[in-house]
Amino acid sequence: MIKAILIFNNHGKPRLIRFYQYFPHVFLQTEDMQQQIIRETFHLVSKRDDNVCNFLEGGSLIGGSDYKLIYRHYATLYFVFCVDSSESELGILDLIQVFVETLDKCFENVCELDLIFHMDKVHYILQEVVMGGMVLETNMNEIVAQVEVQNRLEKSEGGFSAAPARAVSAVKNMNLPEIPRNINIGDINIKVPSLSPF
Amino acid sequence: MALKIVKGSIDRMFDKNLQDLVRGIRNHKEDEAKYISTCIDEIKQELKQDNIAVKANAVCKLTYLQMLGYDVSWAAFNIVEVMSSSKFTYKRIGYLAASQCFHESTDVIMLTTNQIRKDLSSPNQYDTGVALTGLSCFVTPDLARDLANDIMTLMSHTKPYIRKKAVLIMYKVFLKYPESLRPAFPRLKEKLEDPDPGVQSAAVNVICELARRNPKNYLSLAPLFFKLMTSSTNNWVLIKIIKLFGALTPLEPRLGKKLIEPLTNLIHSTSAMSLLYECVNTVIAVLISLSSGMPNHSASIQLCVQKLRILIEDSDQNLKYLGLLAMSKILKTHPKSVQSHKDLILQCLDDKDESIRLRALDLLYGMVSKKNLMEIVKKLMLHVDKAEGTTYRDELLTKIIDICSQSNYQYITNFEWYISILVELTRLEGTRHGHLIASQMLDVAIRVKAIRVFAVAQMATLLDNAHLMTGNVQRKGICEVLYAAAWICGEFSEHLENPTQTLEAMLRPKVATLPGHIQAVYVQNAAKLFATVLKSQEGNTDSTAAQETSQLMIERLPLFVQSANLEVQERASCILQLVKYIQKLQQKDVEVAEEVIALFDGELNPVAPKAQKKVPVPEGLDLDAWINEPPSESESEDDQPKAIFAKEETKHSRTRHTEVDEKELAKRREVRKQEQANNPFYIKASPSSQKVYQEAPGVEHIPVVQIDLSVPLKVPGLPMSDQYVKLEEERRQKERVEKKKKDKKKRKEKGGGRRKKRDSGPESEEDITPAHMVDIVTEEMPENALPSDDDDKDPNDPHKALDIDLDKPLADSEKLPVRSHRAAEALKSPAEDGEAEAAASLEPKKKSSKEKREKKKDKEKDRKKSKDDKKKKKHRRVEKGEDLLGGQADGPVAQSEETSEAAAPPAANTAEVSDLDFWLSNAPVPPNTQEAATLAEAAPAHETASGTAPDSEPDDEPKDTEPEETDKKSSKHKKKKQKKEKEDKEKKKKKKHHHHHHHSDGGGEESVQNGTMEEEEPLPPMSNYCLLAESSYIKMMIEDTNQENDIQGNLQDGSQVVVSVIFENKCDSFLKSMEFNVLDSLNSKLQRPEGSGPHDGLTVPFQLPPGVSNEARFVFTVQSIVMPQKLKGTLTFIVKNEDSSTHEKLDFKLHFTCSSYLITTPCYSDAFAKLLESGDLKCSSVRLEGVSQPFHHLLARICFHHHFSVVERVDSCASMYSRSIQGHHVCLLVKTSGQTVSIDAKCDEPTLLGNVLDEIKQTFSQC
Repeated sequence: MIKAILIFNNHGKPRLIRFYQYFPHVFLQTEDMQQQIIRETFHLVSKRDDNVCNFLEGGSLIGGSDYKLIYRHYATLYFVFCVDSSESELGILDLIQVFVETLDKCFENVCELDLIFHMDKVHYILQEVVMGGMVLETNMNEIVAQVEVQNRLEKSEGGFSAAPARAVSAVKNMNLPEIPRNINIGDINIKVPSLSPF
Repeated sequence: MALKIVKGSIDRMFDKNLQDLVRGIRNHKEDEAKYISTCIDEIKQELKQDNIAVKANAVCKLTYLQMLGYDVSWAAFNIVEVMSSSKFTYKRIGYLAASQCFHESTDVIMLTTNQIRKDLSSPNQYDTGVALTGLSCFVTPDLARDLANDIMTLMSHTKPYIRKKAVLIMYKVFLKYPESLRPAFPRLKEKLEDPDPGVQSAAVNVICELARRNPKNYLSLAPLFFKLMTSSTNNWVLIKIIKLFGALTPLEPRLGKKLIEPLTNLIHSTSAMSLLYECVNTVIAVLISLSSGMPNHSASIQLCVQKLRILIEDSDQNLKYLGLLAMSKILKTHPKSVQSHKDLILQCLDDKDESIRLRALDLLYGMVSKKNLMEIVKKLMLHVDKAEGTTYRDELLTKIIDICSQSNYQYITNFEWYISILVELTRLEGTRHGHLIASQMLDVAIRVKAIRVFAVAQMATLLDNAHLMTGNVQRKGICEVLYAAAWICGEFSEHLENPTQTLEAMLRPKVATLPGHIQAVYVQNAAKLFATVLKSQEGNTDSTAAQETSQLMIERLPLFVQSANLEVQERASCILQLVKYIQKLQQKDVEVAEEVIALFDGELNPVAPKAQKKVPVPEGLDLDAWINEPPSESESEDDQPKAIFAKEETKHSRTRHTEVDEKELAKRREVRKQEQANNPFYIKASPSSQKVYQEAPGVEHIPVVQIDLSVPLKVPGLPMSDQYVKLEEERRQKERVEKKKKDKKKRKEKGGGRRKKRDSGPESEEDITPAHMVDIVTEEMPENALPSDDDDKDPNDPHKALDIDLDKPLADSEKLPVRSHRAAEALKSPAEDGEAEAAASLEPKKKSSKEKREKKKDKEKDRKKSKDDKKKKKHRRVEKGEDLLGGQADGPVAQSEETSEAAAPPAANTAEVSDLDFWLSNAPVPPNTQEAATLAEAAPAHETASGTAPDSEPDDEPKDTEPEETDKKSSKHKKKKQKKEKEDKEKKKKKKHHHHHHHSDGGGEESVQNGTMEEEEPLPPMSNYCLLAESSYIKMMIEDTNQENDIQGNLQDGSQVVVSVIFENKCDSFLKSMEFNVLDSLNSKLQRPEGSGPHDGLTVPFQLPPGVSNEARFVFTVQSIVMPQKLKGTLTFIVKNEDSSTHEKLDFKLHFTCSSYLITTPCYSDAFAKLLESGDLKCSSVRLEGVSQPFHHLLARICFHHHFSVVERVDSCASMYSRSIQGHHVCLLVKTSGQTVSIDAKCDEPTLLGNVLDEIKQTFSQC
């Protein structure tokens, strides 16, 4: 089982977190606990040279001798998988490679910015690779195909991010200086009636 | 400025999307938190709007914020709203958010059940997929129970994309709802041979995950996995299977033997390192499991070690790491083969990679011997000096101690060396493991008597130089060592060279800066030392020395009396007063030394750490019972300084019992033992503090011996252990020379016929004798200690619940809950419910235990067939007895099916077990290629199988079992396929069979319970499946017992009847596009999906390959239930051959009897009486003549076919009750005399009653 997948950059900023196990804590909220785990993992991983092995005995929070951190470092990003002993170490390393290559295909030359701005899409891609902590698909073409079909489905529904973004950019591109300067918007509360007909 | 405001508000008007949010956060690096809090406010506004697009956008942003660590649980309900959007785009966002922030304690999860169910059955496969993915992350026990059945159907979905997701999620469902494992397992097993590789891989994944925790239940799958292993080319699947075999082999050594060959082949042939590594790992597991039985696998071990060496030597750090990891597994059983690679492993200790160094350290642990221990430790000590990180150094420290202390100091030949190593380790800066070193020092000093003189000298040096350890803050951890040093010097003070000096060292003012618990030990042991010093000084003529010592104590102790630590203070003031008194006596020239020494008299024996746990509880002692009333507040405060308290307490008692007489002493000891047994805190003290003094009888004098130490090691900070290594080597050399001399002498005496190999070869283990006679005191155990080792399994482990026997045939009670059942359950009165449950749970338990026993026997004596045969007969009887509770055949078709099925499960079951045995015992040596291996194996297997089958199986079922056996062996694909389908059919039939049992058990079982306790005669089988229509193509069977009315509140309008129809393909062609249509009457209507016309047919949601049967359910709405209904219907379908396809149709008549509107509802007898008294019910009666059945059969029939339950039964008279789906009460009073049965009935609806009675009459006229 994969217990968690963490992606963060060289400074420890999380770019994607995916916990397949609930880590309850007596005092901490779920989110705080997760952030602690990220910090600890980053601390463990970041001080390692690039030419040492990619396996690490689990940190104290994610716990237990059965757990292992398996990670890869790509340019500015760390991809860390926390797994238990039922997973093959080298297999998971391959899986990370598959995942990253899939990202590369879907985003066309993926870089950290893609992950920053499209966290949701990265999640959708990951969902086709790992499900509930278990490896779902390892064939890259199959993964890409499924992701694309779903993207098309989204587009056929009118798209999600497209609509509001279009509107916003339209407003932003309006020639603002031409708007009369003396309009006092003040405390008038502008209510958006309904945005559905986008 | 104004413009900015305008722009800002317009921005807000049109909602930030995720990208804008991210951009915003990046632009507000300085006041990120503030910016995000405004964003959250905006999101809250957006969530209040009705527009789902706005909501989805907000939820998407929340998911991002959740990643940054913000709590978003307040939006849980909005997430559920977005999940329920009909658009895939939004649904996906909702499920993503849910999977990120829902967990088991999120309460809105219970609102999602119906939504998820809807999504699971959505026509759009991606809706289903998204729901499955989301569910896999937040499934709860409730969701798992409610949705298990839906997910199970998805496992046979037409799209592989859904199938593989459904298969994977089943693992999560099993974890949360273990009851689903057995019903779902057959289908999961089927998926191992799914045509789609993704689905297959998912199934392998799930089963491996299950088997890893409870391997023994999956042994029977070994042949199947073996086949997969030799045929699959997918490395992922192979890795998983090979890992699984690694878990299975310890349970079945024969499996290991079979595996070695193909695995070795894989090792030689594969190019994938991951696969190679797993193969090596599993071969190691096999070798471990075989190590006792089969010594002749040195070739395989060599191969593994050799491959691992290649991995370790590889430049890839990952391979190096894994190589070391696997090496450590070999080490456990074959240490010799690893030891030859010591050079390589020591080399890894110098690796720059910490993970690798740690792994190498692990290996060293197993590689030490008496011979090389010193050498290895020396090397490690060098590393300790070099290591920069504290964690690694700490790790080294613990490893050194582990290596030396393992198996009771087995490898230490020179304890002086070890003590000096420990002393050297105290020079480590900033280690956390001071206590570890301390406990080692204590342990060695206590258990090795011969070393005490040396240890005391070393400890005295340590105490003298204590300032080195207390000096700076960084060394905090290490001052724990002083605890041990002080104690050893005090306890064994008779060995001290210069006790006065040590005493002075212990009373330095600097000591007051040490932690409290150490100070306490200092004070206590200063008193012991004082006693010794006194003793030695009193012997002299000069009495002033003794008085000076007392004076020293009196001067120094007040410092401790002022201590903030209670423990220190108490001890110090106590001892101070004592010394003052002694001083007084001294001034009167009284000899006091003897008496003072008596204070601390006694021998000390170590006690095993587990000793306390192993004390057997005396008979008649209930540890859980309160002795007194529970105390109002806990006493835990007293026990805080546990470690010291436990020890010192006994010491105090020692001071007392010099005066107390023996009997009183024994009594007190008893009391204390009791106290300790009842004190939960007592056990918790660390092992080192558990050393309890054994009371020495009387006052035994311990002579004070002056020892002159020859080893001048007073200067701390000198690497002295090296000297011991040298000394040791010299000693060994000497010994060897001496031995040689002896040998020569012997040889001379004997005439020297043989050459001794010892001369040339390296010295063997036994040659090294310990430096001095080391008497390692064994740890004490209580009398009658229980030998059992504690089971360390975590009781909270969710996998424990999944330890379920999967080979056992499914019992009636095991069925995944379908929604309809819950409504029926709700109607049950609680008492009856409990009873029924108890009965149900009793049944399978009995069976399973019996079966397990049998299985064991089977395994043990799989050759003794005659016995087996008998057993199986017994087995079948059990099986039948159970079956009889359930059903009786109506038509001839059902009857034949029934009997065949009654026999099939046990046969299949035993077949499977013996099958595995057979498969394992028949381990041929496979030829070179794997393909050929399976082929070759298949042929003889088949022959023998048919040869032995008649012996091992009941004679009447050879057809059923034989194909199964051959099926497993046969590698010819076509044949297998056919047979598989046959099997499938069997399985499906079986399933349905159980299904119907389930429905009947409400009536059937209860009637037995209430009515037929005394009668032994079994009930005839009953079934309410009846033939609906049949043609040459298809057979339709109907089961109509299954009603539901969703909500009890609106019984009047929402009455539904669910009809289960089984379609069985009787021809050789494929049946598809089946449409089921019924001509609606005014009263009854087929429920059709929204938007379809009143005459449209319903599409049957599956296709039927030849020979397959499947079940579909149709829901009818019924207005009035007082009259029976007949509905005409047609089934249209396409018969598809290889070359042609034709439309066919089949007419049928659906008959809804009034009984089918009744629901088995239990009723209390007093409620029943009230109902009859109420006077609302109309009366009617009927007489049946010529009924020859026993009374309980009769009741069972009424219960089963007409859904009544027995309220009360007295002799040949019984009252029965049922309720219609619209809430009509129906009460019966059944009386029998001779062959006449009279039924008096009451109901609030006379028409209904009349019809029900007619139907009952008909039931009995038929037989």
